[in-house]
Amino acid sequence: MVPLNWYLMLSVSLFIVGLIGFLTRRSIIMMFLSVEIMLNAINISLIAMSHYMQDMRGQVLAFFVIACAAAGMAVGLVLLISAYRNKPTVRLEDFDLLKDRAF
Amino acid sequence: MLPQLFFAYFAVMILGLALVVITRRNMVHAVVWMLLMFVHIGGLYLFLNAEFFAVIQVIVYAGAVLVMFLFVVLLLNLREEQGLPIFIRGVQGRVIIGLILLLTLVSAAGQASKGQGGRFSIDYIQRQTHIKVLGSVLFNDYVYPFLIMGFILFVPMVAVVVLAIRRSNGSS
Repeated sequence: MVPLNWYLMLSVSLFIVGLIGFLTRRSIIMMFLSVEIMLNAINISLIAMSHYMQDMRGQVLAFFVIACAAAGMAVGLVLLISAYRNKPTVRLEDFDLLKDRAF
Repeated sequence: MLPQLFFAYFAVMILGLALVVITRRNMVHAVVWMLLMFVHIGGLYLFLNAEFFAVIQVIVYAGAVLVMFLFVVLLLNLREEQGLPIFIRGVQGRVIIGLILLLTLVSAAGQASKGQGGRFSIDYIQRQTHIKVLGSVLFNDYVYPFLIMGFILFVPMVAVVVLAIRRSNGSS
């Protein structure tokens, strides 16, 4: 029997990998992919907890997380497309319309 | 011994594939590696007696979300991005912060202990099948969150249609 701590360590490590990817990549598509990695890490943690505590609420919450992730990704990607029409780039530092030029 | 070996295989593959995903230069390659990572996560769910989530993982994530990513990558013309560096400036500091957070969270996860068991034991789920148990909990105890979730899934659909239509009389 695999102990619960292993699953939690795997979940935390996967979350940190996604976090580092989110913080360090330039393109917005890769940042979205990193967010997906982080959401999957959360799902692993929720389902492992649900299995080991013999309670279904964690799996219900994981179900909602999956649905919210799909909805959020759809909106994020269409925002990316409509931003690409105005400024044909996916690099994050090129979207500086609201930035104060004095800095 | 065999469950630990299987878990070790899945853990190593998931973490390694995640590292591969966040370091690819070509986004199509990253999406395809991510597909493999999602399939491995689905295999991990089978160990946790969550067959429904293994199926959902493959259908929703590998089937829907990644195809959506692939369509977006193919819609945008990203050829001129190829020669540029893939990481932002000052990447070392962020990685170090992430590793410090990793150390903290792993030590916390190592000391976590599970609480008192509920009534959905493994025998009960195996007798009733997982989808039936999950559906009974979802539709008896969490009806209103489920309805709200339907609304949350409906609003982005409208938003996507509104945002993606190119206005013919506008400046675009």
